[in-house]
Parts: sequence; C-alpha cells; structure tokens
Amino acid sequence: MTDWTRRQIGGLIGGALLAVAAPHIVRGQGRAKIVVIGGGIGGATVARYLGDMKSIDVTLVEPNSNHVTCFFSNLYLAGLRSLASLTFGLETLAEGYGITIIRDSAVAIDPVGRAVELRGGTKLSYDRLVVAPGVAFKFGEIEGYDEAAAKIMPHAWIAGPQSELLRRQLESMEDGGVFVIAAPPNPFRCPPAPYERASLVACYFKQFKPRSKILILDAKDKFSGQELFQDAWSRHYPGMIEWLPSQFTGAIKAVDVAARSVVTEGETFRAAVANIIPAQKAGLIGEKAGLIDASGWCPVDPVTFESTLQPGIHVVGDSIIGGDMPKSAFSANSQAKACAFAIAASLTGSPQFPPHLFNSCYTFLAPDDAFTNALTFAPEGGRIKTVKMFISKVGESAEVRRRTAHHAVGWYSAFTADVFGGGS
Amino acid sequence: MTTPIPRVMVPGSVRKNEVFTVKAIIQHQMETGLRTDSAGKTIPRKIINQFVCRYGGLEVFRTDLHEAVSANPFLEFQLLATENGRLEFSWREDGGATYSLFHDILVT
Repeated sequence: MTDWTRRQIGGLIGGALLAVAAPHIVRGQGRAKIVVIGGGIGGATVARYLGDMKSIDVTLVEPNSNHVTCFFSNLYLAGLRSLASLTFGLETLAEGYGITIIRDSAVAIDPVGRAVELRGGTKLSYDRLVVAPGVAFKFGEIEGYDEAAAKIMPHAWIAGPQSELLRRQLESMEDGGVFVIAAPPNPFRCPPAPYERASLVACYFKQFKPRSKILILDAKDKFSGQELFQDAWSRHYPGMIEWLPSQFTGAIKAVDVAARSVVTEGETFRAAVANIIPAQKAGLIGEKAGLIDASGWCPVDPVTFESTLQPGIHVVGDSIIGGDMPKSAFSANSQAKACAFAIAASLTGSPQFPPHLFNSCYTFLAPDDAFTNALTFAPEGGRIKTVKMFISKVGESAEVRRRTAHHAVGWYSAFTADVFGGGS
Repeated sequence: MTTPIPRVMVPGSVRKNEVFTVKAIIQHQMETGLRTDSAGKTIPRKIINQFVCRYGGLEVFRTDLHEAVSANPFLEFQLLATENGRLEFSWREDGGATYSLFHDILVT
C-alpha cells in the first residue's frame, strides 16, 4: 500500500469519526479527556492518532524530552549510525497535533476515580487512560546484576545512555578481547535483536579489531531467525561468533562485576566487554496499577487493547501479552492505532470493527545484508493470532539482501515519521 | 563454509569412582547436501559425521552423526572417574578435517 493511499484512508476514517462525534460533543460536557502514560513508540502513536481527532483532548506523560529508538540502535553500536539520527523529540506531536505533553512520570493510578498521579504532584483526571510503559528488567534473576552493575556491564536494551556506554566500551576494548552477550529468556523486547547485535558488532570487529571474539551465552536453546543468522555468521564473520545454548552452559547464574565475568552453572566466562540483557517484564507503572497478571505482563482485549483486569485502562506495546505478536516497535505502533480507533469508536458510539494488526521488521546481518519479516494478525478467540507471514530465506542472492538493507533505511524514516509526526 | 568452533564443559576435578558429566558442542552448520543455493546449485553435504572422546588414551565414547542432526550438535554423556588423565575430544567433518580439544582431569 502506498503512503498516499494510507493517508487517504486515514483521512476518511478520521472524517467519519468526527461527523459522528460532533453531536455527542454538543450534548456532552466537552472534549473527551485521554491521558497517555509513556512516550515511546506505542504511547506516541496513540497520542498522535487520537490527537488528530479534534473532539478529543490528549495529554501525554513522559519523563524524557526525547525518544531514542531501540530499533536501529545496533547500527549505532557498530559505528554505522549516529545516536542523534535515532533520537526524536516529542515537540512535533505537541505542535502539529495539539497534544499536551507533561514531562513527568506517573506514580499512581486510581482506576475508580479515573485519575493519574504524577511524581511532581499533579493529578490528571481522565475519561480513558492508555498505559504504554514498555519493559522493565527482572534485576534479581542474575545474581549480582542490578542497576549499579548495569553501569559497568550495560544491558543497552533501552536505547540512550546505555547504548553510549556499550559503544564506548567496545571502542576502547583491545583487539583480541571477548565480547560476551547474555541473551535473555522469552518473552523479551525484539526477539532477533541480541543476534543482530552480535552480527553488527562482529562487523565492527572485523574492520577494527579482527582478533576479537563474540560469545553469546543464551538463556534459550534456540532463537528467532537462527538459521538466517548462522548462515550469515559463517559467510561474513567465520570463526568470530560462538553461540552457546542454555542446555550447554546450564544458563547464567551470576555476574562478577569486578572481574567482568559471567558465571554459568558449569563455567565462568571472562569478558573484555559484557552486555547483560536481563529477563524482562511489563514496565513498572503496570504493576502499580494492577494491570499485570502472574506472567508479569498485561493481559488485554485483543480488539480494543483494554486491560482485562482494569476496565477503562488500555495497554499497548511491549508490556502486553500480545499472543502471536512479537514485542516490537512496529507491533506497538499497530496495536496503538487499533487502540486509538477503539477508543474513538467507544467515545463516539460508533460500531467497533476488528482490527488489522501488523508487524514488519528489518534485521541487519551486515551493512549491506539484511533480512525482513512481515506478518499480519487478527483477534481470534480472545487472543491475537498470526494470519499470514513472510520471512526472508537462507540462500537469497546478495542482490536481494542488499535491496532489503536499502528498504530498511526507508522503512525507518517512514515509520518514525508516522510515530513522532513530521518528516517524510 | 562455517569455521567450526568446538567447546567442552567438564569439571576440573572429580572424586574417584564418581560419575561426572561431559558436555560437548561445536558451532557447525551441518549442511545436509539436500539444499540448493540462490543459483539453484546443490550445496554439497558437509556435516560433522563422528565424535570421539578418549580418556587416558582409551576410547570411552563414540557416536556417528547424520544429516538429521541439527546445526551446532550438542552432546552430553557421563563418564566414571578412574584416575588423573587427559580427556581428548575430536569431531570429524566430511572431507576428513578434524577439530580437537583436550582437558586434563584431576581425580581426588
């Protein structure tokens, strides 16, 4: 579908909703108040799409003034992209879409009184609340790995200062060192990303520190895109990347920050640079607001993305139990649009149609070798199920892969413009 | 194609007459010979076809591997600690190349 067509359809739907909304507003007490907690991909998308509707008043609560995208941040780690090129301000959302942005964090939610309390003391009342807190880390699961340890052995799983720290460490590492990546158990943000990271850091090592090695200590026995990655590692970085499944190491038990080593059941591995990606759970506000079930994630209705635990509160993005949808930025964006339309439909009394949900991702194996996937999803029996899928194959020609890498760059600019406004 | 990387995990020391676990893995694509490349040409078979472990020069474990075995073949087996000695591991690849490691075990 071309950009033109998509905008045309968006305009038509927006128009139709407005037409229905107008009489309601004349009768009602004014504009519906929507509060969105979290200005990442999911939160920014909900705010942007509801902000487009003039009958709705949108407030976005986000402590940071900028968002640095996790996707493409492995290119930054490899020295192939600047962090500035991955950084987006929220001002276009404020100026272009009339969204009120409050730089603060939510500390409490009152689902009965329909109010959010912010760290700064402000209380915001809402008609509908959207929570998009992303992921938090289960710091206790690897002994010795906490927030302080992350300043020495970075996770770099939330892009920004952590990415900069890891990049500095890789740059100052001596040639011949071992870069250890501890890959997390499922489910976690962006399933192929630890392995994309290994690929792109290998690309950096190959050029600047060719005697160095990469050791992946995995909490799993298999991983997303494994065949594609292993094929690429043997073609581009022979002998450089070693992947050890959990069944071999007995999984990671602890880290020794002072020795910069990673302790598994069977052996202790010394690292020149260690990247510890911990197990994950829904972002912390989800826990405080009672949105999380025993799995550590937020169960939602797959049509409206309303919490099944707290009516009136919607949750989108990495923190939800997304069924077949992976925890990815594109999934968050797709869920956020479905959520925005569900909220608009409910406020205007329009019928609710089942959403079309998508994921589209690009993963770099080398600067001119990328693979892609494209999936469609639909709600079925209370959960989100895959409808159709495409994924790149092993054995594609270098030309196909080069084109895919080129498409990825276009995908990035179109996608971030959709989320944060402005741009192309 | 692949540059195989062998690795083993064995305890440094074991008590005499105790059973201990050996884990062995090799990074290897295990190309089956049944696939074609983007030009339609068959990619020749290249698998690890045999793994052998010797303890103090004596063969104590051997297995043949075939096309159906996954990439990065992982093996786990038990040995009885009898005396101090060298454990030798070798993986044999189609075409005759072998990849080897050794580990000296202390029996107390």
